[in-house]
Amino acid sequence: MAGPFTSVYTFYRNGFKTMTVGRTLWKIILIKLLVMFAVFKLFFFPNYLKTNFQTDEQRADHVLEQLSRPAVPNH
Amino acid sequence: MVDIDLSLVNWSRAQFALTAMYHWIFVPLTLGLSFLCAMFESIYVRTGNEKWKAITRFWMTLFGINFAIGVATGIILEFEFGTNWSNYSWMVGDIFGAPLAVEGIFAFFLEATFFAVMFFGWNRVSKGFHLFSTWMVAIGSNLSALWILVANAWMQYPTGMAFNPETARFEMENFWAVLFSPVAMSKFTHATSSGFVLASLFVVTVSSWYLLKGRHLEMAKKSIIVASVFGLLASVYVAFTGDEAAFEDAQHQPMKLAAYEGLYKGEKNAGLVALGMINSDKKPGDAQSPFLFEIKVPGLLSLLANRESGSFVPGIDDLVYGNKEQKVMGVAEKMKIGQQAVADLAAFKQARKDKNDAVASAALTRFTANKEYLGYGYLSTPEEAVPPVSTSFYSFHIMVMLGTLFPVMFIAYLFFTVKGNIAEQRWLLPLGVLSFFLGHVAGQMGWVVAEVGRQPWAIQGLMPVKVATTNIAVGHVQATFFMFLGVFTLLLIAEIKIMLKQISIGPEGM
Repeated sequence: MAGPFTSVYTFYRNGFKTMTVGRTLWKIILIKLLVMFAVFKLFFFPNYLKTNFQTDEQRADHVLEQLSRPAVPNH
Repeated sequence: MVDIDLSLVNWSRAQFALTAMYHWIFVPLTLGLSFLCAMFESIYVRTGNEKWKAITRFWMTLFGINFAIGVATGIILEFEFGTNWSNYSWMVGDIFGAPLAVEGIFAFFLEATFFAVMFFGWNRVSKGFHLFSTWMVAIGSNLSALWILVANAWMQYPTGMAFNPETARFEMENFWAVLFSPVAMSKFTHATSSGFVLASLFVVTVSSWYLLKGRHLEMAKKSIIVASVFGLLASVYVAFTGDEAAFEDAQHQPMKLAAYEGLYKGEKNAGLVALGMINSDKKPGDAQSPFLFEIKVPGLLSLLANRESGSFVPGIDDLVYGNKEQKVMGVAEKMKIGQQAVADLAAFKQARKDKNDAVASAALTRFTANKEYLGYGYLSTPEEAVPPVSTSFYSFHIMVMLGTLFPVMFIAYLFFTVKGNIAEQRWLLPLGVLSFFLGHVAGQMGWVVAEVGRQPWAIQGLMPVKVATTNIAVGHVQATFFMFLGVFTLLLIAEIKIMLKQISIGPEGM
């Protein structure tokens, strides 16, 4: 008698095997996630504060620096 | 604050708006269609009629397509927080962290677990458990929406927190105040119910197409009945929750309300503009008329904004320049207090650096007294506190007009379908085919009202958008803007193609 983990595994395996439209959708999902995380995140969206400052104290100082300057005229 | 190039601020705004609007193409259909699928399946389980199973599986396939294409489009917004809005994301991390963590742990797992049963479980699990799973997907999807809307609501009405000047962060003091803030509750109910309307319009659109083509007539009519009832109830609920949202705007964001009403000179017994054309040359404080023409319902704005007939509704001029008689503090006065708060923050920071506790303590005391208007200290002119009036006004009125059309349409569909001659209503069916697109317009206009109306604020009254922006190269933001435009457009084209293919196939066996 199959245990619960085996039943769940079989359920998912059979589900994925019998997909029709789902196959195309999964391809799109995987390509999308690859583009988002391996391209966008890695090359274009670094976390500015984590990349440019080493400690939380430095990050806080930087933000406080931004906050403590008075307004300048718009340009 | 650093002297920041406004074109960088505007490109950062534009990028966030682009990605948020694309995200909102997919999300509301998920929110509403999940519940419609649950209803279709409930009818199948109750009646045992296999035709309802075919109907359920058809709409569920379309739901799955939309879900798959839309999934993770929201992640991009989180990337943007870290890169383009670093000051903002640092300051609100403690506030946003909790709701988004709950979203990930609770709502997403609920959704993801039962999603598999919903799609893989036909004929493999019991009817009852499958139906339960479908309802769980619907509830999970909408619960996901709750947390992100709580975060957005906090930006509009910051509450339940205290600013820590040592760490430059807002720290959550009361989770329940954030979760159950009246703005959060009204935003959640209004946004999700707009999704229910949109999904109902989607079903009506596809079904109308089938009726026009003379295909799958029984399925189309059965689907229209369920969608029209759901859509009609949701439309009425959208109107009530929209009224609540406007009331909350009047209490917490009066400038937003004044902008989308085109109200410059506040008045008692203020009328509601039902229709109008804004005078785009009108500036705060000048003598020009705000409208080229307008049709007003007398007294209604006072009643809706304050729930008090004849009450005073402040206009843009009152809010910018102040109105002593009505006890309205002007932006200029708030700016003076805010500038003092900024100076006290600078003094505190320097005193901590110099390890001068006495000076730091004095600066902190002064800052605490003035911090309510901190954000105003970063404005350059009082008029900067006014959001784009034309954009706010037109987007609000387009949303309301369409929101008024939809329940009328649902009633018409219900009437003719029950009467048995919906297929002959060749004047109504083309409107039905167009209605899904109109629903999207209404939904997007709603978000334009919410987000353009809160300008110049990233956090109402505490942080303008220009302070929230990371000072990075504007070319970087421009490049990623166009990259996103390309990628999301491709995703949208893919969705439309796959959807149209499934719609052309139609439901099995009907």
